Amino acid sequence: MSKKDIIVCRCEDISLAELHTLMEQGFTSIEDLKRQLRVGMGPCQGATCLPIIQRELSIFLKKPIEEIPLPTVRPLTIGVPLKAIARGAKNEK
Amino acid sequence: MKNKIIIVGSGVTGASIAYNLAVKGVKDILVLDKSYLTAGATGRCGAGVRQQWATKANCIMAKHSIEFFEHAKETLHYEGDIEFKQEGYLILATTLEEDKQFAKNVALQNALGIPSKKLTPEEALKIVPHLNPKSFISATYCQTDGHLNPFKMTDAYYQAAKKLGATFHFFETVKGIQHHQGIYTVTTDKNTYQADIVIDAAGGYSREIGLMVGLDIPVYSEKHEILVTEPIAKMQGPMVMSFTKNLYCQQVPHGSFLMGRTTPNQPQGHDIEASHEFLDAMAKTIDDILPKIGELRVIRQWAGSYNMSPDKQPIICESPDLKGFYMACGFSGHGFMFAPMTGVLISEMIMNEPLSLETEMLHINRFNHQTTHEVEKSVV
Repeated sequence: MSKKDIIVCRCEDISLAELHTLMEQGFTSIEDLKRQLRVGMGPCQGATCLPIIQRELSIFLKKPIEEIPLPTVRPLTIGVPLKAIARGAKNEK
Repeated sequence: MKNKIIIVGSGVTGASIAYNLAVKGVKDILVLDKSYLTAGATGRCGAGVRQQWATKANCIMAKHSIEFFEHAKETLHYEGDIEFKQEGYLILATTLEEDKQFAKNVALQNALGIPSKKLTPEEALKIVPHLNPKSFISATYCQTDGHLNPFKMTDAYYQAAKKLGATFHFFETVKGIQHHQGIYTVTTDKNTYQADIVIDAAGGYSREIGLMVGLDIPVYSEKHEILVTEPIAKMQGPMVMSFTKNLYCQQVPHGSFLMGRTTPNQPQGHDIEASHEFLDAMAKTIDDILPKIGELRVIRQWAGSYNMSPDKQPIICESPDLKGFYMACGFSGHGFMFAPMTGVLISEMIMNEPLSLETEMLHINRFNHQTTHEVEKSVV
């Protein structure tokens, strides 16, 4: 199967080929790749792509996977509509 | 190892300075950053670019910078897309006082060649139909304002500077700077370097870098928060902004909405944790001004540092006390949009070339007479 057809990030539709191109250009941390490709920035918050990218970087850099740091975990864990948050904030008082 | 110039910080400001110096033929430029490209304020910012300001210095800096952004892709020979969306800023007036101030602002902007104009609520609603008509009394609009992708824009400067021979070291923290007989010795956690010139472009940490050479730069850092929603089909052209209601909100080409506001009474410092207080206040503000957008889900929230100066305008100059030490800091939340001119001006100062702009109002000496400076009010 061609690397172009292997999807690494489903939220942003990023292929393994795009990931490898960036890695070859020197973007070899997840924080760097995230800012170039938006991987990990979609609605799933990286639940699918981050372990895959971690493994690809581990192979590329020839380092054990535990030495490939994950990016900062940011709220929210799951998408919530702004209106629901506004309603909650008003009702709290 | 001897360098001509060391730049501390590889946000958009440091990358722009490196490019502008390199394009003028300077060799031996070393850029040091304690993290990855755009890890600090640049990568956290809203990345809107506007010319609608209340002070002359900010208007001129912004106007020239936008002229650069319009051709940045070609000028920098960048293969990627900087995602420049030039569909204006719509700034809402919500009080009579603000309405009057905006009339003055537009007059100043027009006198400087910025094509902004005052709009009635009806005209504003034609541009952004989902505005709550009860939330404002008038607006100003400038079509040539816009938004870019801050990661790509900085990457464009970085790639162009690298091609011209500048060196970048990431994940290398500056620990100390000594100045002796005209030579700066910069010590990092990995190495020691020497240079004739040091440029402080450290964003949130500019003050700390100044203190290393004994300079007391009157800036401090303050946390500002922002969030992003799920992407949807295009529904909003311009950035919608209000100073009194404390909001900016923009749909980026990717489809998601970016929005931020200032949390009042932030303590000074380097805290950049996201807070639920911001999320609550942001949600209520959107529900008031742009209710339709309230239906979107929030995907993620984060924060970054504004590097604040006493008059909320940048400090761009050589230190009057220390030859060869240049500062580009205190942008007060607007370093991204001014970065093209910051790079041009610092490089012209270093090369002793005629300056593209009058820079007296950007000089640190303006704070010697604390009472006389004009504070920029058009800030969120």
